[in-house]
Amino acid sequence: MSNHILVWIENFKGHAAAISHEALGVARSIAEGGSVTAAVFGPNAEALAKEAITLGADNAMICDDASLAEFRPEPTVALLAKIAKDSNADVILFGASTRGRELTGALAVELNAAAIADVTAVERKDGRLVTTRPVYAGKLLATVVPASQPVIFTTRSRAFPKPEADAARSGNVTRVAPVLSEDAITSKAVEFVTEGEGEVSLGDARIIVSGGRGVGGPDGFKPVAELAKMLGGALGASRAAVDAGWIPYVYQVGQTGRTVSPDLYIACGISGAIQHQAGMRTSKLIVAINTDAEAPIFKLARYGIVGDLFKIVPALTAEFKKRLSR
Amino acid sequence: MNIVVCTKQVPDSAATLKVDERSNVSWGDAPLVVNPWDEYAIEEAIRLKEKHGGKITVLSIGPDQVKEALKTAVAMGCDEAIQLWDTAFDGSDALGISLVLANAIQKIGSIDAVLLGKQAIDGDTGLIGPALARRLGWSQLTYVAKIREIDPGGKTITVERLLEEGRQILSSTLPAVITVVKEINEPRYPSFMGIRKASKLQVPAWTAADLGVEAGRVGRGVASVTWTRIYAPPPREGNVEIVTGDTPEAIAATLVDKLLAEKVI
Repeated sequence: MSNHILVWIENFKGHAAAISHEALGVARSIAEGGSVTAAVFGPNAEALAKEAITLGADNAMICDDASLAEFRPEPTVALLAKIAKDSNADVILFGASTRGRELTGALAVELNAAAIADVTAVERKDGRLVTTRPVYAGKLLATVVPASQPVIFTTRSRAFPKPEADAARSGNVTRVAPVLSEDAITSKAVEFVTEGEGEVSLGDARIIVSGGRGVGGPDGFKPVAELAKMLGGALGASRAAVDAGWIPYVYQVGQTGRTVSPDLYIACGISGAIQHQAGMRTSKLIVAINTDAEAPIFKLARYGIVGDLFKIVPALTAEFKKRLSR
Repeated sequence: MNIVVCTKQVPDSAATLKVDERSNVSWGDAPLVVNPWDEYAIEEAIRLKEKHGGKITVLSIGPDQVKEALKTAVAMGCDEAIQLWDTAFDGSDALGISLVLANAIQKIGSIDAVLLGKQAIDGDTGLIGPALARRLGWSQLTYVAKIREIDPGGKTITVERLLEEGRQILSSTLPAVITVVKEINEPRYPSFMGIRKASKLQVPAWTAADLGVEAGRVGRGVASVTWTRIYAPPPREGNVEIVTGDTPEAIAATLVDKLLAEKVI
């Protein structure tokens, strides 16, 4: 069976999303002698296409038309559908970001395709794809196999390694025309308000330091944020802290916030309700700091400190500063 | 303006889930509730109605038990509820579910906006909103944190969408399919009057025939994906080691030693 896999390379302000490169690695691993095409739309498409080729794509289809400069679902879905049909793609891959997820649902209808969201593991068994995905916020796992072709799936952030770049790889980059003209697109991108610019995003973070009810108020996040910054990590929060209005929702980790999977998760003043655990239980190593020795978070943690976060966290920041020479 | 809210009935988020060897998921005594994300959609629909008038119809696909979720939505402030059910729908994938919903919305007719939560907390796929928008050929506005402006007469809408890097402000045309995130509002509790209204409510059920859905397009038999197994993840064994010391500084130094040795920094 010849496989042809299409991978959408998400990009923002000229940079590719890490999650798309992870998806590219997945595509390579299931291609089995077939080909991998990167689809890159946006102002810096050509450079990002070449980057995608060094990371595992065999070739790329690009479009840097003005109608695709700012991401909008309609023109993106229309062009992806055309490329997928023209090239007879068997598998279409997205990173499981907000954009990747919304494209998947729409493209599935457009192509009458099987859609599998948020895949954390995938393999080929006798030529067939077998995927694993979390359900019920990761409380359970499901094995999902496509029953028809084509198949669209999204890969969960940090569930797969980023492939190594190989500068020696080369491939064709083909420029394609957009399918929808600007007048045919009903939505208009008015503006983009970036938030927490310069901060590490929760989804991509290798290290996350989160605060919960125990931080006591908005000011209580200061030492937590300082530790996150010292470690080059992202700041997170529990639902209790968000619902109390101490920190914006974008920082929320858990069932009704973000699902994260860092190498190190430091939970400060978080008791570890089941909904919070759902969002961070796939972290590689968890450290819990809490005054309550009975808090459920200690059951997940590898290391625990029973104590006052306002004493422990600044001491940790100072110690890391010394040891990491930062 | 006339609004449809699509809701799914799910086990409560605090439920302890069990799964047997045949992949049957159970949740003990935990209640089935309105998908928490959909509560934000219901609330937003009510706020839009309070401002612009019109009618809110809430839909849910499933057997008779979904009437409870529909009644909750009516108790909060939705006007009408319709159960969509036919054994032919059982086991449908996102393609089938979006088809059933699209046909129901077209049957109701004259709808300006469809609202849903960004995903359901059981399947967690987030596929239905965008799939439905595509089926209807309507504007697709997902992960909406705020409706900045909506003009049902002029058929325009401007929203703030919560994406990874911040907020995208998108303006588009009505009708639209809108999926919402938690930040958009604080859902209200059902009112006493609402609960009374809901308790007397007769919920009509629309079947595949009512909806003009051909049996060959929905259900397990034509599903494009097969869930071969559902299982519990291996238990996470933290085997917590409590780090102690005489002072916060001493505790910090010991923990930093351990974390550097684990090579996670």
